[in-house]
Amino acid sequence: MIKSLGKWVDDRLPVSHFWNAHLAKYYVPHNFNFWYYFGSLLLVVFVLQIVTGIWLTMSYKPSAENAFASVEYIMRDVEWGWLLRYLHSTGASFFFIAVYLHIFRGMMYGSYKKPRELIWIFGVLILLVLMAEAFMGYLLPWGQMSYWGAQVIISLFTSIPVIGPDLAQWIRGDFVVSDATLNRFFALHVIALPLVLLFLIGGHIMALHEVGSNNPDGVDIKEKKDEHGKPVDGIPFHPYYTVKDLFGLGVFMFIFAVVLFYWPDGGGLFLEHPNFTPADPLKTPEHIAPVWYFAPHYAILRAVPDKFLGVVAMTVAILILFVLPWLDRNRTRSIRYRSTAFKVNLFAFAAAFIGLGYLGTQPPTPLGTLSAQLLSAVYFGFFIALFFISRRERTKPVPERLQ
Amino acid sequence: MIRLTFFLFLIGLLAAPNAKAAGSSYPLKDAEVDLGDEASLFRGAQTFMQSCSTCHSAKMMRFGRIGEDLGLTDEQLAMLMPSETSKPGDTIQTRMPEDYANKTFGIVPPDLTLVARVRGGDWLYTYLTTFYEDPDALWGVNNAVFPGVGMPHVMAAQQGLLQPVYETRGEGEDARQVLVDLESPERPGTMSEEEFEQEMRDLTAFMVYMAEPAALLRAHYGPYVLAFLFLFTLIMYLLKKEYWRDIKH
Repeated sequence: MIKSLGKWVDDRLPVSHFWNAHLAKYYVPHNFNFWYYFGSLLLVVFVLQIVTGIWLTMSYKPSAENAFASVEYIMRDVEWGWLLRYLHSTGASFFFIAVYLHIFRGMMYGSYKKPRELIWIFGVLILLVLMAEAFMGYLLPWGQMSYWGAQVIISLFTSIPVIGPDLAQWIRGDFVVSDATLNRFFALHVIALPLVLLFLIGGHIMALHEVGSNNPDGVDIKEKKDEHGKPVDGIPFHPYYTVKDLFGLGVFMFIFAVVLFYWPDGGGLFLEHPNFTPADPLKTPEHIAPVWYFAPHYAILRAVPDKFLGVVAMTVAILILFVLPWLDRNRTRSIRYRSTAFKVNLFAFAAAFIGLGYLGTQPPTPLGTLSAQLLSAVYFGFFIALFFISRRERTKPVPERLQ
Repeated sequence: MIRLTFFLFLIGLLAAPNAKAAGSSYPLKDAEVDLGDEASLFRGAQTFMQSCSTCHSAKMMRFGRIGEDLGLTDEQLAMLMPSETSKPGDTIQTRMPEDYANKTFGIVPPDLTLVARVRGGDWLYTYLTTFYEDPDALWGVNNAVFPGVGMPHVMAAQQGLLQPVYETRGEGEDARQVLVDLESPERPGTMSEEEFEQEMRDLTAFMVYMAEPAALLRAHYGPYVLAFLFLFTLIMYLLKKEYWRDIKH
């Protein structure tokens, strides 16, 4: 009965084809390590943000007059509202933790290289849209940091020559961040950008499943196939990686729950303390700090003395990721078989990113600015150095099969 | 190497200290807030209603919620509410009219519902206990963690007026007086030092609770959720191990 119903559907919709192509007969290298959990975790966090977001929208009021109070209404009077709100706010921070680790994984194992350039480009686009999504979402609680953070970031556009001031005003819909800004950010945050993200994530995964996953050895498993045409070093995603990823998800959710139940403001990093004061357009806070996940880029912005050039540097810091597949001229994918120069370069980049993240949350000091300039040089230096290191790099021989 | 970087990354995240408004370098005292101590929270609520709500509102806190969360009887709840016509659904409003406040203080005293989330419990406790005599200040008092404070010392009768100890820092033109310590009042207040500190601890605990009533729910549900997730993860681990037995490495 159920079998015939299944066949009835299958004749009309390629359900079992989809299941096989993407799960049961999708072959994946068997040697994924810790770093390979974050892709599926990101998918889960994305769904979490969508679902909690829908329920938050049911009680949130997107107006300058009521927004702040409506968030507190959710925290106090809505049944389980506090849980929904903390799931969403903690989810935002964990989204970025997972995204940054996922990107770093790609850089370590050369997952951006041929034939995976498009996967990488989709990924960078996802990062860009995610940043816009987070930035607009952060305005919605309408606290002091929401307001002044948005004010500072949007005013950056005014430094663009000729069109700057008009552009900033066009973004705000007003001369300052106001009710109009809040309303449009709400629309973009809950409908437009999530839709774009959904399409980009779809493209990311479709491109991935077309060429297949890379792995910590950077070996192409499709080169060696058995008589049935299955990669000898590949295993079906389902059930092997579904159970493995469920275990990873368990660990991730445990850490997530520890933060949510015992440390929901993340020591002022996940929910900034001044943001519990309602937005006051007449009172500038003494120290405006972006949320932690924008701090590295903010530090780069502040490191450049000229405002417009700072904006350019900050933008380039993200956009340069697009050309990474072509800056790295070496064919060896995995860090395991690459030169010491490459390793040092990559870890210096990671350290600079973390260092910039720390500096971006701190009030500016002369020493801090100097450090940020140094670390920004290391950040951009990574890409320049990579271009030259990778030209005639002495790599170790890559094995033919997974180790 | 890889693991090391990962841990550095995590440490980097955790080590970044929170950027709170500084304003003063006076060391903060430990408020020892215990949200599980319902009696302490109730005493704090009474102090809040008697002393703070004269001038300050807490517009997002409902009386009924306090009663539920602290397990208060109807009589105890009635002790907190301003009048016999008050309902449990009412929020904490101030008794001071706005134009009177504007005339007397120059501003409407801020709403206090969320102040503990902005400042933190330790700051609040230190603030409440470090008003000191300063003839140059607006109300004849200043505060160790809030220099130039615009609020009079409401609890002066109970605490007495603490005496400041200054030290000169810097030389020549840079020389300035810095508050380094506070000494016992010349004329003691109606409360002993211990009594006063206990009352302020209770008040601080109540204000921390008021800023986030959900903290009690978090503490209640947290262990169950973690226990479930631990079990779930354990079972998934065993399941993974079972499935992966047939994969050769």
